[in-house]
Amino acid sequence: MSEPSRSVFLERQTYRRRRLMDAARMLPIVGILLWALPLLWPQDPEQAVTTSGAMRYIFGIWVLLVALSLWLSRRLKDTAETDASRPN
Amino acid sequence: MSVVNILVLVCFAYAALLFLVAFGAERAAHRGRSNWLRSPMVYTLSLSIYCTAWTFYGAVGYAARSGLEYLTIYIGPTLVMVGWWWVVRKMVRIGRSQRITSVADLISSRYGKSSLLAVFVTVMAVIGTTPYIALQLQSVTLSFAAFASVEPNSTAFENSQITALWVAVGLALFTILFGTRNLDANERHHGVVMAIALEAVVKLIALIAVGIFVVWGVGGGIEQTLARIDASEIGTWQVQGDRWAGLIFLSAAAFLTLPRMFQVLVVENENEGHLRTAAWAFPTYLMLMSLFVVPIAVVGLDLLPAGSNPDLYVLTVPLSEGQTGLAMLSLLGGFSSATSMVIVASIALSTMVSNHIVIPLWLRYSGGGAAMSGDVRNVVLLARRVSIAVILALGYLYYRMSGGGTALAAIGLVSFAGVAQFLPAMLGGIFWRGATRSGALAGLSVGFVVWAYALMLPSFGTGMVIPETVFLEGPFGIEWLRPQALFGIDGMDPLIHAVLWSMCLNTGAFILVSLLSFPSPIERLQGAQFVHVFQHSDAPQSWTGGVARSEELMIMAQRILGSSEALSLFQTEAARQGLAGYLPEPSPDFLQRLERELSGSVGAATAHAMIGQIVGGATVSVEDLMAVADETAQMMEYSSQLEAKSTELTRTARQLRAVNEKLTQISVQKDAFLSQVSHELRTPMTSIRAFSEILRDTKGITAAEQSKYSSIIHDEAIRLTRLLDDLLDLSVLESGRVTLNVQDVPLDEILQRAIASSGVGNLEIKLSGRDNSGTIVLRTDPDRLAQVFINLIANAQKYCDAKTPVLRIILHLKPAGKGEQMILDFVDNGSGIATDAQAVIFEKFSRIGEQNAPGAGLGLAICREILARLGGAITYLPGQGGAAFRVSLPLKPVNDLHL
Repeated sequence: MSEPSRSVFLERQTYRRRRLMDAARMLPIVGILLWALPLLWPQDPEQAVTTSGAMRYIFGIWVLLVALSLWLSRRLKDTAETDASRPN
Repeated sequence: MSVVNILVLVCFAYAALLFLVAFGAERAAHRGRSNWLRSPMVYTLSLSIYCTAWTFYGAVGYAARSGLEYLTIYIGPTLVMVGWWWVVRKMVRIGRSQRITSVADLISSRYGKSSLLAVFVTVMAVIGTTPYIALQLQSVTLSFAAFASVEPNSTAFENSQITALWVAVGLALFTILFGTRNLDANERHHGVVMAIALEAVVKLIALIAVGIFVVWGVGGGIEQTLARIDASEIGTWQVQGDRWAGLIFLSAAAFLTLPRMFQVLVVENENEGHLRTAAWAFPTYLMLMSLFVVPIAVVGLDLLPAGSNPDLYVLTVPLSEGQTGLAMLSLLGGFSSATSMVIVASIALSTMVSNHIVIPLWLRYSGGGAAMSGDVRNVVLLARRVSIAVILALGYLYYRMSGGGTALAAIGLVSFAGVAQFLPAMLGGIFWRGATRSGALAGLSVGFVVWAYALMLPSFGTGMVIPETVFLEGPFGIEWLRPQALFGIDGMDPLIHAVLWSMCLNTGAFILVSLLSFPSPIERLQGAQFVHVFQHSDAPQSWTGGVARSEELMIMAQRILGSSEALSLFQTEAARQGLAGYLPEPSPDFLQRLERELSGSVGAATAHAMIGQIVGGATVSVEDLMAVADETAQMMEYSSQLEAKSTELTRTARQLRAVNEKLTQISVQKDAFLSQVSHELRTPMTSIRAFSEILRDTKGITAAEQSKYSSIIHDEAIRLTRLLDDLLDLSVLESGRVTLNVQDVPLDEILQRAIASSGVGNLEIKLSGRDNSGTIVLRTDPDRLAQVFINLIANAQKYCDAKTPVLRIILHLKPAGKGEQMILDFVDNGSGIATDAQAVIFEKFSRIGEQNAPGAGLGLAICREILARLGGAITYLPGQGGAAFRVSLPLKPVNDLHL
């Protein structure tokens, strides 16, 4: 309170943390959407997607999700200590 | 040395290593050096018990049969862990704050610590898990047999049932040894967790090693292997959409609800921060586990003769290539997958069985209640050990009865669908406060009945349990109840059909019954605690203290926690309360803490019941109910309390200010009076002294002068006497020692006497409403009343500053109480009394206006005292155009005056 500039700084950090939480919540939804795409692939054997192509796609998403999750958990860890006592 | 002998040797060596690791971890934990044991990586690896032998061997077989569909089993858990912020984080927090010991404990605890729900969930979990354990036994025996068949004339492992029996016995031994070593308050098993972490590494390395061998050793590199995949019979994307989506959902649900997963995910969790690592590390693990499955399957399909079991490709592909060492590693991987699953599953189930079935029954039938019964600690441990043995025996029996056939292979998903029935009650419990016990019971029962009818019983094969006619025409010819075409919807995949209907009906029943039923207070409290676990992770409920005797509690706690732990717990608590010794006061706080400690050992419902037996029932206090009430309502309540308090404070402050003002004025008056009294006393004293000195010292004083001086002295003495009389009078009146001379006197007579004796001077007195006939007769002391009137008239004489001062005396009668009241107003036409002075004019020594007027300011004070004694009152009437005093007096005093 005594230093207004400092409290603004903290607010900003809390705000960032909240948005990181939002991002963490969004991640599985992104995963569901991307992994649901194979539902739209053609069932007709003539033009079906090859297994190697399907593997590249599915494992690609996997790597992407792991990378995003790793990045988010690092960021959340960095900021976790600053306002650990705050309610969700 | 034959291959079989080496195999047996390696397996024994591996088992010995596991024992050693578990033992070392237990010891390290015991010495408090458990930091490295509890790293986030160990936690992540322990989650890998999700990958059982069914996935280790089965995934390749699955891929060989249905292409990429096997990935759904890994994608579901990946989504759950990547989305840990939604569900897993909350579950872990609840598990830690409520000391949850199992999935049954979670559900029962959420719905008011209901024993019925706990038993229900436990039974369902045992039914759902037993086939799965059988499946693990089958995979281990199959892999042993496959290995042994390399030697053409070997007869080892021919009798698969014997192998399965030995594996089951060995696993039971290991689990009992490290799973029930002690009754840890937190239900954590360092040794077991460390061993399964090691096994997780072994199975990952084994699968990746086989994969690398297949891709680079057999396939000739990545590109060639991919080309080979596309050229194979599983070369195109042929996954049915409903199975793709349905199985992802199913595996995600099972990941949360499988008892063994709950055990490692929530119960064994040491630190919530570990989830952050597991959120990316566990998906990575799953991805690596599934990465080489398709290449192995394709190469297996290519290399091995048609008709060989694709479930064993992981083992048979290296064997067919002569890589015995690699095959050995792969076998250890499969062995690890099977054993770690069985160990954790049987620990989880035995905890549930002993906490929710055996102990409550034992407490009920052993008689005497919690405080009287024998050593609960040993009973709990024994119950766990027996439960583990029984669960493994059940698994073995199931394996024998099913004959180890292909029917067992399908059991994995059937089991998933069974435990997934916990999901609505679980998620509803932690996200929806309106979920009730009845709703959970309804949902679970409906879900389980549909699951059993549409999936579990048909899985034994048509005509095995359910007759064939029922499949074709429905029970009793009711066509829309056919097990695999419920409500007439035909042609769906049987598994997806069963999952869809069981989950929909389960959720529907859960929500509907929850909406219609009303929860008990404990349920509502627990609901608030669970749903808002991040807002308040504090104790859920209060006990009424004082009824329980600390000693009984101590006896009970010792039997569950062990003597030294219980003693130190009680001592710490006593010290916290500021008491010496071991027996703290059974405060609600302490009882809550104790209950939570106990629930770590025997489960929430049992701990609650045990303390309840000693304490005599929990109460839900007003504060607790406040917690149940909506947060908004709480806030409003709080702010209205604050508002009321602040209003009260303001009022008090105002009163204090008024009193303070009055006190200050009185103090000022007192000072003024003292100086006035000194002055009043000093003036006559000075003249008395001066004139008496003249009389004494002056020679030849004339008689006239002597007479004049003497009369001055006399007058001054009289003035002094009057002042002293007044003071005396007032003090007599105030102390109540006055004697009144009560008579029946007409008012008019008193008034006339007062006017006459006060010597009107230039004051004009107007009487209105005068009672000439003298019918108003007062029963009073006429002299005292006259004194009041004289005082008032004299005041008007002294203080009325009008040019032609007029005093109006107005009489009226007013009904008051039982009789009538005489009211006499004395109103002059002067400038009146200032508002700020009105409050003090009746105080003693108060003198207002010009200070040179005679008198010491005692008149009105005396008047007030007199009227108080006579049963009347004198008040100042503001706003009458001048100074106005109202004298009110009852005509006939109700109680015969304060004589």
